[in-house]
Amino acid sequence: MAQVFTPGAVLALKLALLGGLGVLAAGSVAAYHYLQGPETLAEAPRQPIPFSHKHHVGDDGIDCRYCHDGVEVAAFAGIPSTQVCMTCHSQLFTDAPVLEPLRESAARGKPLRWARVHDLPDFVYFDHGIHVKKGVGCVECHGRVDRMPVVRRVASLEMQWCLECHRNPEPHLRPARFEFDMRPTAEIRALAGAPKTTLASTRRLTDCSTCHR
Amino acid sequence: MSEPIRLWRSLDELEAGLAGGPSAFSAARRDFLKLAAAAAALAGAGCSRPVEEIVPYVHPTGSAPGVPRYFATAMTLEGCASGVLVESNMGRPTKVEGNPAHPASLGATDVQAQASVLQLWDPDRSGAIRHRGAIAPRAELEAEWHDALAALEARGGEGLRILTGYTSSPTFAAQMDAVLKRFPAARWHRWEALHRDNSLEGARLALGRALAPVYRFDAADVVVALDADFLGEGPGHVRYARDFAGRRKPRGGAPMNRLYAVETAPTLAGAMADHRAALSPPALLRWLGQLDTALRGEPGAELPLARAAARDLQAHRGRALVLAGESLPPEAHALVHRINAELGAAGSTVAYVEPVAGDVHCAASLRELVSDLGAGRVEALVMLGVNPAYDAPADADFAAALRRAPRTLHQGLYDDETAALCAWHVPEAHYLEDWSDARAFDGTASVVQPLIAPLHGALSRHEVMALLAGTPGRPRDFVRAQWRGRKAEADFEDSWRAALREGVIPGTAFRPVSATARRVDFTPPPAVTGAWTVRLRADPSVRDGTFANNAWLQELPKPHSKLTWDNAAFMSAESAAKLGVRTGDTIEVASGPGRVEAPVWILPDHADGAVTMALGFGRSRAGRVGNGVGVDAYALRTFAAPWAAGAAVRKVAGRHVFATTQNHDRMEGREPVRVVRADEAARGARIPDETPKESLYPPWTYDSYRWGMVIDLNACIGCNACTIACQAENNIPTVGAEQVRRGREMHWIRVDRYYEGPAKDPRTYFQPVPCMQCEDAPCEAVCPVGATVHDSEGINVQVYNRCVGTRFCSNNCPYKVRRFNFLHFAAGPAEPPLEARNPEVTVRMRGVMEKCNYCLQRITRARLETDREGRRIADGEVVTACQAACPTRAITFGDLADPESAVSAAARSPLDYALLAELNTRPRTTYLARVVNPNPDAQREA
Repeated sequence: MAQVFTPGAVLALKLALLGGLGVLAAGSVAAYHYLQGPETLAEAPRQPIPFSHKHHVGDDGIDCRYCHDGVEVAAFAGIPSTQVCMTCHSQLFTDAPVLEPLRESAARGKPLRWARVHDLPDFVYFDHGIHVKKGVGCVECHGRVDRMPVVRRVASLEMQWCLECHRNPEPHLRPARFEFDMRPTAEIRALAGAPKTTLASTRRLTDCSTCHR
Repeated sequence: MSEPIRLWRSLDELEAGLAGGPSAFSAARRDFLKLAAAAAALAGAGCSRPVEEIVPYVHPTGSAPGVPRYFATAMTLEGCASGVLVESNMGRPTKVEGNPAHPASLGATDVQAQASVLQLWDPDRSGAIRHRGAIAPRAELEAEWHDALAALEARGGEGLRILTGYTSSPTFAAQMDAVLKRFPAARWHRWEALHRDNSLEGARLALGRALAPVYRFDAADVVVALDADFLGEGPGHVRYARDFAGRRKPRGGAPMNRLYAVETAPTLAGAMADHRAALSPPALLRWLGQLDTALRGEPGAELPLARAAARDLQAHRGRALVLAGESLPPEAHALVHRINAELGAAGSTVAYVEPVAGDVHCAASLRELVSDLGAGRVEALVMLGVNPAYDAPADADFAAALRRAPRTLHQGLYDDETAALCAWHVPEAHYLEDWSDARAFDGTASVVQPLIAPLHGALSRHEVMALLAGTPGRPRDFVRAQWRGRKAEADFEDSWRAALREGVIPGTAFRPVSATARRVDFTPPPAVTGAWTVRLRADPSVRDGTFANNAWLQELPKPHSKLTWDNAAFMSAESAAKLGVRTGDTIEVASGPGRVEAPVWILPDHADGAVTMALGFGRSRAGRVGNGVGVDAYALRTFAAPWAAGAAVRKVAGRHVFATTQNHDRMEGREPVRVVRADEAARGARIPDETPKESLYPPWTYDSYRWGMVIDLNACIGCNACTIACQAENNIPTVGAEQVRRGREMHWIRVDRYYEGPAKDPRTYFQPVPCMQCEDAPCEAVCPVGATVHDSEGINVQVYNRCVGTRFCSNNCPYKVRRFNFLHFAAGPAEPPLEARNPEVTVRMRGVMEKCNYCLQRITRARLETDREGRRIADGEVVTACQAACPTRAITFGDLADPESAVSAAARSPLDYALLAELNTRPRTTYLARVVNPNPDAQREA
């Protein structure tokens, strides 16, 4: 029986198959990186206003809770309303071009739309209030935001990372009144000692139902 | 201890023999392999990186984002208000709870209140003002009606007619006064499909004026209910259920009450009855005649049950109560008023108040409107919140009459059957979007306050009334003005705020009116052999059709038949045999001017010689969910016989496959419901613990809370409020009739119904079944990926993000409480928008198993709150959704580790038992046995 395919056709077929595999592999790699979120932790998403935590926290010394007022009582720390921004910015930098979206928001009653930097999966129920109460400082998860001109993620926020602390929380906790202090926990503990918080058992802290429901 | 009882769930099962034995599953190995091989999971396609934004407020609202707030308001059903507390998540109403301060609620709700939040978010709700079908601006509506009304005013309002349903709103009544003042010759007609004409007329006959009874079940030792489902429907039923259940405690407190129920089709009250007789409507009236004869000590009372009931009533003079259902004719109501007076019930177990929704005879009122429409005497017809083109009696032929009105305006939640025939349609604000006020069954007034601005540009009913009265304004101002009266603004502010906060206006309950019932002639209809009666009644879920487009209610299994997405021609097995039909066959029912074809459903506890059909189905313009579901039984309804009428019934060709949630399998001779007689229970009878003493599993240890639940079958009335409350709380999707037929309904807590006794007139038991949270859970042992695990507080948790959908857990669960997302039900066509979801609960994907977790989100909320305050969760601080909704407080939840907790006390009851204890699963959720209190006298006679 004669050959069905000519040698050229066979070569073309092999190349096509090989090429297809290559495209598949490249696609997988691309999709993996695409779905991982920002390529590097240092990469910050684009925000409507290049808000600088470095300026507001580091230079001006504004307390975290001035803007994130739900952080001690609620699951969400809260993003300040336009009105909170305008408490100062109706007086300061009133004509700065970067603040145009803010003035627009205040004038038209349309909210600002910030890009979320710390995005947990929707099946994770994180509560800021209890973490602050138990002595987890902001800096523990959010890093030195007082040194960040534009805020970026410093922790992976993967379950493995959460569990590192939930399995052994003690070294990560600081005494009350220092939760909003930007200095590292070790430094605070050296200065003010260990916190007097009562914690649930490690078993409770690592129950699936603690974070997922 | 009682004899072990033998339960059955369907007539097929009873016939197959109760002995059980393995069910007839004889599939060959190859078939099994074929079935097993059919399980194939597809990876989700089309993922993309989510773009998530944070959108803060412009002006702060005073509440932290993510912390729900509760607002008191009131939901009106058939004219009577029930107080509710509505949960608002960042401005979005997501869940309805009862208002403990409200007399009609006492913290509980019925299924309609729970489902009303889905109605609010229904995308099929009318979205725009329409003029002859085309969207029109509000200004055009106002301009046209302004001119038309001016012309009518010139003639004193001659030809202006307003049609509403029952309303108890004082603000609305005041506005109506203003309208009638402007148009003295205008008429206000009333049509409520589920009207109370018979009871009002009966009161008129016996008491001399139309009064409404308010019952005191907490004071009643003996109750006789004549086709009166006081637990399932009618003004005050949620409250009555609480009071009634409060008197069914076998030990401690007041003696246990006894209920006699005589009814045509099974009702919730009938299922709770200690003695029950199923009689066709004419036979039921003869039974009442016999009861009256026996009570008067005259000869001729032949029915043993009537004689026994009469003796029992007389032995409990002053603590006895007889109830007449709405289907009984006025004369029967009048007789019952007289009987109550003679039994000393008036003033003790029944009080009379002014009817909160007025005393208008709906049938007479609508009949007058129809005849005036026909005679061309109606110039302009305004219909507010009614749908007579669908729910008027068939002999009214309302649709034809309506076409003769030159100018029509309809306001309603939906662009419905009536809207389609009207020149103007105005979308009506839902009660969660509107300012108003309403009265409860006893007269207690509440202010209705909005939780959200109207979603679809809907108008308040008060705004339309203001348009008619020519006094424009805002609904809130009308309501405020009504309650402010002559008070100064400054003095009023405090009481206004208190009314809004509490949900009740103090001191507004009506004072009981003293009334003497006189004897009215009552002649029961003679017995006619072979005659058929068709009994029309409200559907337990969709009522008169108002909730037809509500998927939660459509998929809610009816208490007795466990039917979903349908109505049927209910009849007894004997009646069916006479017709030569079985469940699923089609019959034709002809009565009055109408005839309908409907599929038969055989109910063992139904009366012979009668066919019962639920109203509210077969709608054509309900919306995408409700259109074409079931058969429209209004075709059989007439002005003269709204509830029961003689009928001709015959078998016709056709088969129907119902979607039902029970009878999927056999019971294998198990005994899920335990029943104890009251005298035994009072002596401390104990249900033996059948849990094997040894287990192969190592015991769990707990160092903190140990959550548990006890469900009191003696309090459960089978109303399904728990099922809907759970559905609303836990974002549980509906699946549709086709999927229910495949056994894929998703309810996390279902209410099983069991029968005991003979195939004819058995006793009915209800049993709510959530996840048992087994200590040695069979599901946990078989999950290959650890997606179902025991947590440190004893809850058997389902971890959605781990679940790969093997369904091993469900196969291994002896209680069948695990629910699998065979399809992406959460994105189904009848699902509410994301805004309506509980943000505290994950919305599950296709391929994920789910089940009850004791409202983990509520436990977590309490844990975080108390932990921040540095204390333990107190008893009663976590209330599960099912527990909160339960009218009879049948569900107790709490910490079993705390010996002082209510749930620990309940679990120590001698009547406590575990479901299928012999399997050694050691469930956390246990049951208290049902207690029946039969009259020894009646049993001797029978």
